[in-house]
Amino acid sequence: MLAEKQVCITGIGQTPAGRPSNRSPLQLTLDACLAAIHDAGIAVDDVDGLICHPGKTSEGGGISPVGTVETMMALGIRPVWTNPSSHEGPGHMAAIFQGIMAIATGLCRHVLCFRSVAQASARLTSRESTLLTGNRERVDPGNNAFSVPYHAYSPVNLWALYAQAYFDKYGATEEQLGWVAVNGRRHAQANPNAIYRGKPLSIEDYLSARMISTPLRLYDCDSHIDGSTAILLSHKDVAQDLKNPPINIEATGMSMGAFGEGLHTGDFTMTPAEHCGTMLWNRTDMRPKDVDCAQIYDGFSIHVWLWLEAVGLCERGQAASFIAGGTRTAIDGELPLNTSGGQLSAGRFHGYGHTHEACTQLWGRGGERQVPGAKTAMAVNGGYGYGAMLLRVD
Amino acid sequence: MTAPPRKLPLITPETEAFWTGGEHGTLMIQRCTHCGLYQHPPLPICAACRTETVLPAAVSGRGKVKTFTVNHQAWVLGLDEPFIFAAIELEEQAELYVFSNVLAPPDQVCSGMAVTACFEHHDDVWLPMFVPAGGSHAG
Repeated sequence: MLAEKQVCITGIGQTPAGRPSNRSPLQLTLDACLAAIHDAGIAVDDVDGLICHPGKTSEGGGISPVGTVETMMALGIRPVWTNPSSHEGPGHMAAIFQGIMAIATGLCRHVLCFRSVAQASARLTSRESTLLTGNRERVDPGNNAFSVPYHAYSPVNLWALYAQAYFDKYGATEEQLGWVAVNGRRHAQANPNAIYRGKPLSIEDYLSARMISTPLRLYDCDSHIDGSTAILLSHKDVAQDLKNPPINIEATGMSMGAFGEGLHTGDFTMTPAEHCGTMLWNRTDMRPKDVDCAQIYDGFSIHVWLWLEAVGLCERGQAASFIAGGTRTAIDGELPLNTSGGQLSAGRFHGYGHTHEACTQLWGRGGERQVPGAKTAMAVNGGYGYGAMLLRVD
Repeated sequence: MTAPPRKLPLITPETEAFWTGGEHGTLMIQRCTHCGLYQHPPLPICAACRTETVLPAAVSGRGKVKTFTVNHQAWVLGLDEPFIFAAIELEEQAELYVFSNVLAPPDQVCSGMAVTACFEHHDDVWLPMFVPAGGSHAG
């Protein structure tokens, strides 16, 4: 049996999105972890695996300030297995994939996966680009050495190249791209934990915002927060006895990129996420038409176009027109998209917001933003490494 | 205000030729002497035929703008913006890309534009840069 079919999601937890938070990164992590454990209804001591993405780092910028060891200590648990994942893995979901493997191989029954960020707090002391932190005299080959010397100090500069190439190839427009942001902002109005709740965005607002790196403007870029998300994975044999209906992991997809190392192939309208989509659909009999809602990584707006096509939810070159106008991607549309507001409007929970929202929808907890009858959700993460999950409730 | 210094690359055995070829006015791209494939970024072996027969090779420096962005954000104090950051596809091989700045007015850049290499010298690094083909190096 495929590894992921032996594993279910049984609980989720997420802190408020702080800008900044008055709680420490470790406190936030514990808040999210305990919430996920209580959501599933297991005892804290039942957690026998603990993993986080991407592992604690001393790099600046608050990108990953908390690791598994201090979390294990504070929770007072003695897991048989703890592990950080890595930026070298298949994107943010690497930790979830490793947790799946730990359960499928019989090592653990309940693996808690978390992702914590403190990027809002970090910006109180330094607004320096995360690519410049770490006090290195020179940029090394694994750390954007082929772009940073050219003053390309942010990932937005690299993703802008993809947006421009997509415009050039398909004739897509700035206004069409703006609908990615406007769609997310609309959904954020119904998400109590979205940082942009109460701040609607029109397409005119989008187009009049300042340019960051053409064709990407301010609202094409997600917003840093302090916060933590935890996802509890359990073996399917124990999942059915817990509080929530188990969320089945119908299929996974994963692939690697080497953008930080400077390797780009193709014509800048596709990423290695394509392999991720192929892998996922090879592991299930379900098809894109079966997906009831899509939680698509949106660190930058352009990711959404590229990802929708990579996982077959839109035909090649059609994502721009699919989202434009916002009707087809509305809560009552044919493919509700980023129903929490995504990272662009709910806040950069850094990948884990998308999985959290997929589960929220499948458990019918979406409130004003609930997709009626949602049984199947796609969650995808990543711009450098790539991960996707097709999630399903019976 | 003085423009901030460029953050220079760490030179490694594989990347040395790329970052220093400009001392002699030549853009150097690694090429496999066994299968003939150019590869960039440079690596210890050929990623296609897996032999160690990779050596820096002089290329024409001619290429075209595959895609580009005009950066307007001052990421560091005093950064001189707007400026063009682009992926240049070198004429020697399809999808052989080099990232660089195009030294031209931002409103004159477009995808497909022909460019040619020049170099900007800092310490022990000669950063490959590009200018519109037929134009002169303004920097």
